[in-house]
Amino acid sequence: MKNFLLIFLFNLILLNKSYALIEVDITRGNLDPLPIAVSPLHVDIKSENSKDMKIKELGNNISEIIEKNFRSTGLFNPLKKEAFVQKPDIAHLKPRFEDWRLIKAQALVTGKLLIKDEKLKVEFRLWDLAASKEMTALAFTTTPSNWRRVAHIISDKIYERLTGEQGYFDTRIIYVAESGPKSQRIKKLAIMDQDGAKTKYLTLGNELVLTPRFNPTNQMVTYMSYFRNMPRVYLLDIETGTQEVVGNFPGMTFAPRFSPDGKKIVMSFAKDGNSDIFTMNLETRVVERITNHSSIDTSPSFSPDGKFIAFNSDRSGLQQIYVMRSDGSGVKRITFGNGIYGTPVWSPRGDLIAFTKMRKGKFYIGVMRTDGTGERLLTENYYQEAPSWSPNGRVIVFYRETKAGAKGEGFTAKLWSIDITGYNERQLKTETDASDPSWSSLLSK
Amino acid sequence: MIFNKNLKNLLLVIFTTLLLSACSTAKKTGSAGDDAYTGKETVKYLASGVPDRVFFATNKSSLTTASRATLRKQATYLRKNKKLNVTIEGHADERGTREYNLALGERRANAARDYLMTYGISGKRISVISYGKEKPVNAASTPLAWSQNRRSVTVKVN
Repeated sequence: MKNFLLIFLFNLILLNKSYALIEVDITRGNLDPLPIAVSPLHVDIKSENSKDMKIKELGNNISEIIEKNFRSTGLFNPLKKEAFVQKPDIAHLKPRFEDWRLIKAQALVTGKLLIKDEKLKVEFRLWDLAASKEMTALAFTTTPSNWRRVAHIISDKIYERLTGEQGYFDTRIIYVAESGPKSQRIKKLAIMDQDGAKTKYLTLGNELVLTPRFNPTNQMVTYMSYFRNMPRVYLLDIETGTQEVVGNFPGMTFAPRFSPDGKKIVMSFAKDGNSDIFTMNLETRVVERITNHSSIDTSPSFSPDGKFIAFNSDRSGLQQIYVMRSDGSGVKRITFGNGIYGTPVWSPRGDLIAFTKMRKGKFYIGVMRTDGTGERLLTENYYQEAPSWSPNGRVIVFYRETKAGAKGEGFTAKLWSIDITGYNERQLKTETDASDPSWSSLLSK
Repeated sequence: MIFNKNLKNLLLVIFTTLLLSACSTAKKTGSAGDDAYTGKETVKYLASGVPDRVFFATNKSSLTTASRATLRKQATYLRKNKKLNVTIEGHADERGTREYNLALGERRANAARDYLMTYGISGKRISVISYGKEKPVNAASTPLAWSQNRRSVTVKVN
């Protein structure tokens, strides 16, 4: 009884705390984004210089990354700093709510930072300006070189508080960087922060590399490489740079993807012209055949509970999407619409499958329920494919190619993202042309 | 009268069904050369009169009459040059998803290999590799370019 009361009281407090006047409607494309003021973080004057860092600008730089993250969601409208009405340190203590309301802000982010003994201490607060109260606050310590991640983690916390969904800013995207003329493309594995910063190239471009995909549980990557002219699936540790061939297959392996627990790789293996789906357990090295059909079976993707695999097959004549149990039983075709369907990718929330559709010379990225109903086409273009989900299942990143001229001129390949509502389509800035994106899970989980 | 009308409807249904099934079989088995390239541009030669490549229709890996004739010439050439080994490269056009195209290129290369084998060339002399849509021979975005890119190419390895 006492326990019960305690739980009840606890719930009450929680309820009380999570009740806020402002919230962001995320169920539809947000045509009326929430005006938010992100004050530069106040830099404590006791801060010491850290190598290669401009301490004075750090507070401003962090706030700019947060603003950029918010703007990219389409759900928020970060306000111009010129209109700000209070100094960062004073606002951080307690904002004059009525003054901030005057510039039409509904939420305010304040913070301060201190660098001492090679440690970066950061705290921030999120204020509900309509209700005149603090919504959330957090302080943490890290190494100064991590300052960009600090900005992303703060962004995630605020996003979570205002939308009720998990954030996706403290993440990375691995992709294939492309250069050179269209008929002689040079392709390298590249990785960058979700906002396009900190690009790093992981291969030199000596051999063709394709379709990198993150392990959802760590920072391992699986991809396909033509190393020594033997097209095979590889496993790469992006921290150490070590890589190895996956399995000992006598022919081409391709289209790799991790299982949700990160312990298996599911992929296609081509033998005598026929491609079937196999898994390999990375711990036991046991290889299992999942499909056995004279058609092309490829692009497999696990459901987040690991119980099912979606894939595409041309067993009906043309490419369509199928779902089966992860042991290969119970194969069911789920796409019957007009057109050809490929690259099914299961949402991390489990409720949707993203896909590429080809119809009448156009390419679409779309989503449908896992039984194939409720198809929604999000974007149409000359050529686009390879959807990959943000870890919260909110945004899809894919690549798009342009039509080339008679000599291949005018050809580009770029990464784009779109909200699952079909709104907020935007290009991701990359240093080079880019394709085959894969979004990581949250780095700070 | 009513009976007659019903009969008419029934016949109509039967007729339409027949027509539809005829259509669908025609689509599946009909000539493989729907939009396969038939010209000589981009073609190279293993030896005089022996073209190095054959072309395929969209999404198909079946050999056209012209492809078979080319492969028979290759088989004759390979029979004469017993020490020569080859790799058959399979390719697809850019109008398909990358992974499916890798599988399709593999299937095309194997279709060519199988045909050479039925003409007495040992499978040990023929390796295959698929490049999917990664190595177009014509970089334009036109139906002509796509048809030239849907190909399997026999390449000498020694």
